[in-house]
Amino acid sequence: MSFLERLDRIDRRWIFLSMGLAVAVPIIVIGITGKTFPEVATPTTRGAFDAIQSLPAGSRILLSFDFDPASAGELQPMATAFVRHAAARDLDIYCMTLWAPAPPLLDETIRKVIVAGHPDLVYGKDYVNLGFQAGNESVLKVICTDFRQSFSKDYRGTPVDQIPMMAPIKSASDFDCIVTMSAGYPGCKEWVQYIATPALGSDDEILLVSGVTGVQAPQMVPYWPRQMRGMLGAIKGAAEYESLVNEFIKGSNPAADIGPQFMEAQRRMAPQLFGHLLMVGLIILGNCIHFGRRRALAGGAP
Amino acid sequence: MTRKFAMLLTFLAGATMVVSYFIRPTQSWGEDVAEWFNVLAAIAFVLGAANLAKVHLERLSSRSAGWGYSVIVLLAFGATMLVGLLKVGVHPQELAPTVAFSGEKDASGSAFWWAYSYAMSPITSTMFALLAFFVASAAFRAFRAKNTEAALLLVTAFVVLLGRTFAGVVLTGWMPESLSFLRLENLATTILEVFASAGNRAILIGIAIGVAATSLKIMLGIDRSYLGGGS
Repeated sequence: MSFLERLDRIDRRWIFLSMGLAVAVPIIVIGITGKTFPEVATPTTRGAFDAIQSLPAGSRILLSFDFDPASAGELQPMATAFVRHAAARDLDIYCMTLWAPAPPLLDETIRKVIVAGHPDLVYGKDYVNLGFQAGNESVLKVICTDFRQSFSKDYRGTPVDQIPMMAPIKSASDFDCIVTMSAGYPGCKEWVQYIATPALGSDDEILLVSGVTGVQAPQMVPYWPRQMRGMLGAIKGAAEYESLVNEFIKGSNPAADIGPQFMEAQRRMAPQLFGHLLMVGLIILGNCIHFGRRRALAGGAP
Repeated sequence: MTRKFAMLLTFLAGATMVVSYFIRPTQSWGEDVAEWFNVLAAIAFVLGAANLAKVHLERLSSRSAGWGYSVIVLLAFGATMLVGLLKVGVHPQELAPTVAFSGEKDASGSAFWWAYSYAMSPITSTMFALLAFFVASAAFRAFRAKNTEAALLLVTAFVVLLGRTFAGVVLTGWMPESLSFLRLENLATTILEVFASAGNRAILIGIAIGVAATSLKIMLGIDRSYLGGGS
């Protein structure tokens, strides 16, 4: 068996080990040094940041956590950054989800960002957790005109009529901005179809921003920038947005401490870099083997 | 008779949704239908749970291949449902400290929260993370430039893989401003915003036409597969 043939039949466990090391070593190094790569925001990310920056203090922002733990690796850093940005801009924060496994993630984000970082914010006055509502896109169709029909109580079971910040909310158009962090169905596409698109060009036009997984990003790009003002695509988009939010927070309060929990996406870019480099290397190696063997076969042919 | 009633109901619901979208005064009819759907969706959760239990109990009783996994599914399902319904380990809410069961089922420290945080969350994350290993192996074995189309796909993959990381900046960051569009990070963005976007628009339009045609077939009773029974 030639060298190329042996290389072609390499035990795939060696590839698994290489990938494991390519991801694990940068994680360990970043854990020790705390260093991350600088990020330059792409237009889609910049659009998301600018959309939230353009809102005056006291504006109402609805954040929909449409993901589960499987995609939290990509979307949780986005969720953390969106909530931090909204809290830093003094926006009224409304949280909800269309995904049944999401409520604990939502609750955890509120505790980590708002309760721990902004103890001055009052539940029911500055932020509210509306929890999960079953029904997928039909929930969106209903909240288009009657928000309370779908969300009559908050996550704790308190009727929304008893929550002061819910008083001005009659329909989805009462929000100044809607952010969806989406891992699939129901998610970004449904928010575009049922909430943003019907209001396009009207007085009630809705400012929609999204954060999506890498798999979803190419499918959602056609909706940017008309239906969606901004979009964070995968962990790269999360890192860019996180970097912008951290810069903004540092700019408004130089003494602010940006802990590692608020640099999760940026910290994940190094494992991603080495994972991608390994993939490129493996593809090149695979093609070298392919063409080498083809050449050898052609040379040996009569 | 039951099938005819279901078909009539489907037609009425579908027609109401279509009419309410185009005729503004009838918008509330569509909302009512959507609200019925929400009720059905909530009931479907119960049906889904019952179906899951039925399928795995059948597999267990017939001792078919992989029945051991069904035991794990049923145990996990039963235990999670039990601790959720009984609110095991949940403390009463601050607002109602004397009311039993007033706390949230997935409040921090509860058994349900524990199962979510230390079983479901790491298991699903691990499943997702495994993709990286299998994609790497598949890329090595199958991603070969065997023809022009495959070569184009390969070059695109290189640009996106490198352009979506700091490697793009390191490799092409030296390029002058006049050639900045050739930097890997900019090329990756162009691929996403121009080529992928154009392709996806075409796919989306095709899907939309397909969905409209299928919806019409369902509403008019031509496609009855949703009723079951194989007809």
